Amino acid sequence: MTLTVLIARRLLLGVLILLIVSVLVFIGTEILPGDVAQAILGQGATPELIETVRERLGLNAPAYQRYFTWLGNLLTGNLGTSLVSQADIADLIGERIFNTVLLAGITALIAVPLAICLGLLSALKPDSWTDRIISTVSLSLISLPDFLVAILLVSIFAVQLGWLPAIANMRPGQDFFTIARMMVLPVTVLVFTVLAHMVRMTRTAVINVLSSPATEMAILKGVPRWRLLFVHALPNALAPIANVVALNLAYLISGIVVVETLFNFTGLGRLMVEAVTTRDIPVVQVCAMIFCSVYVLLNLVADVISIVSNPRLRYPK
Amino acid sequence: MRTDIQQAISPFRELTSQLTITAVICLTVIMSAVFIVLFAPWLAPHPESSILTDESFALPGDVLLLGSDFLGRDMLSRLIYGARVTLSLALAIALIAFFLGTALGFLASVKGGWMDSALSRSVDVLISFPAIMIALIVISSLGSSFTVLVITIALIDSTRVFRVARALGMDIVVQDYVEAARVRGEGLGWIIWHEILPNALAPLAAEFGIRFTYAILFISALSFLGLGVQPPHADLGVMVKENMQGLLYETYAPIYPAMCIGAVTLSVNLLVDWYLKTTDAALPEEL
Repeated sequence: MTLTVLIARRLLLGVLILLIVSVLVFIGTEILPGDVAQAILGQGATPELIETVRERLGLNAPAYQRYFTWLGNLLTGNLGTSLVSQADIADLIGERIFNTVLLAGITALIAVPLAICLGLLSALKPDSWTDRIISTVSLSLISLPDFLVAILLVSIFAVQLGWLPAIANMRPGQDFFTIARMMVLPVTVLVFTVLAHMVRMTRTAVINVLSSPATEMAILKGVPRWRLLFVHALPNALAPIANVVALNLAYLISGIVVVETLFNFTGLGRLMVEAVTTRDIPVVQVCAMIFCSVYVLLNLVADVISIVSNPRLRYPK
Repeated sequence: MRTDIQQAISPFRELTSQLTITAVICLTVIMSAVFIVLFAPWLAPHPESSILTDESFALPGDVLLLGSDFLGRDMLSRLIYGARVTLSLALAIALIAFFLGTALGFLASVKGGWMDSALSRSVDVLISFPAIMIALIVISSLGSSFTVLVITIALIDSTRVFRVARALGMDIVVQDYVEAARVRGEGLGWIIWHEILPNALAPLAAEFGIRFTYAILFISALSFLGLGVQPPHADLGVMVKENMQGLLYETYAPIYPAMCIGAVTLSVNLLVDWYLKTTDAALPEEL
């Protein structure tokens, strides 16, 4: 089995998973509820009115037909209109997507290198004081709800000290400095949320590599410590670490939903929560598809990295 | 007879002899949480929803020991009732997830073949969704009643239990004593109950603790988003949400319920950590 075949197969699997995800999102949102027309019109609607709306929305077609129409529209960029505001969904999400990507991007840029460094530091000397402190703090952070960290930070830095704004209401036309100030607290909370898992899993991955016979051999050969770590251990730990990073950027998704709501951040996560609250099904579907696709893609990238970084797969047997 | 009893309590005695200060503190927190959940109506000084003062976010005093919430209701009483809702929901979720996950996980490992493939692939599909997305999709179509919340989160949670139970089962199935039981002609259920379960008990107990905290965090996050527990009921997550305004008045109103959640989840996780270390049990990695 050559490398290309393996990667191609993994990519195909990714496409398949995306298709399954789209089917499940469609089933979950469109077939389960009693009636979308009823939901739009409210309790007092007459049967005739409901029938008209059903006709207009094309709800009388069989489910599989509606699924393919929906998927086709989604793929060609026709995202539909919101049931609540009648706005074009593409317009609704356009700007929010940018804000959310900005939030997630900055968080990842800070959290990933920091987590790998802390994980390495902690794995270098297991059971040392550094390791114990890092491990206990990260376990505590995992155990605490995201909003506790957020509330404490807001009450200290926004309310008591007044250094930073407590809400991050992004609007067009704000200058860079205003945006930067608003982003500090949300980004910090998100970094805390993802960091802990990433540190713990990096630590485990590196400890596993360091206890392998190959590393023992390198120690016996008298390889210096930095060389042992960066030349011998790190390349082998790359695949597990890539997995850890991808997995935890997935934690970021649930973190983003909570943090955006908490800080009144104009992003995709808050849009989705609002859509779920008002049962705006088309918006829920689009947001769910975006978040799930990103998640599937992250896992795909992690798997491809672990395939590529495994030299045993590079040469056909 | 006597030796039987001694045998039964000896692992317990071994554990208690290695209690650390952290473990004792965690146990105390968990026990008091259980006590509060059981005796909430007797412990709460005031009724849950009666408005006792006109003042929002009143400061703590003689009558209102922790002050009032945004509507002027007693914070302490609401915390006690809220904790009861959060913890009972989380316990129900963890129990369902656990029975479902271990039963199917063990079944997959003992039966193998198509049964294992079918179950594992289904779990793979569920795991290719971010957990919060499944919850949001289901809630958007079915609303957030207690039943929907408990079953949805339990289902999401059971995928992880399934993987742990399957991995543990796989290691045990290849042992000689299981082979011997099979040759003896024991049934599937017997093998799972008498051979696999007892040998997987220690890591499963730890996993139960982890699932329980996960359930608390998940249900609180949903409630905080306004999509979990609905009025007139209130859990701790709802209390954080509805008292957020209090932060601007420099009160601790939203911090109390958030701290209560944190105290329980942190205690359970630290206790699990201690338990895994002292019993030398290990959860399967790479899940």
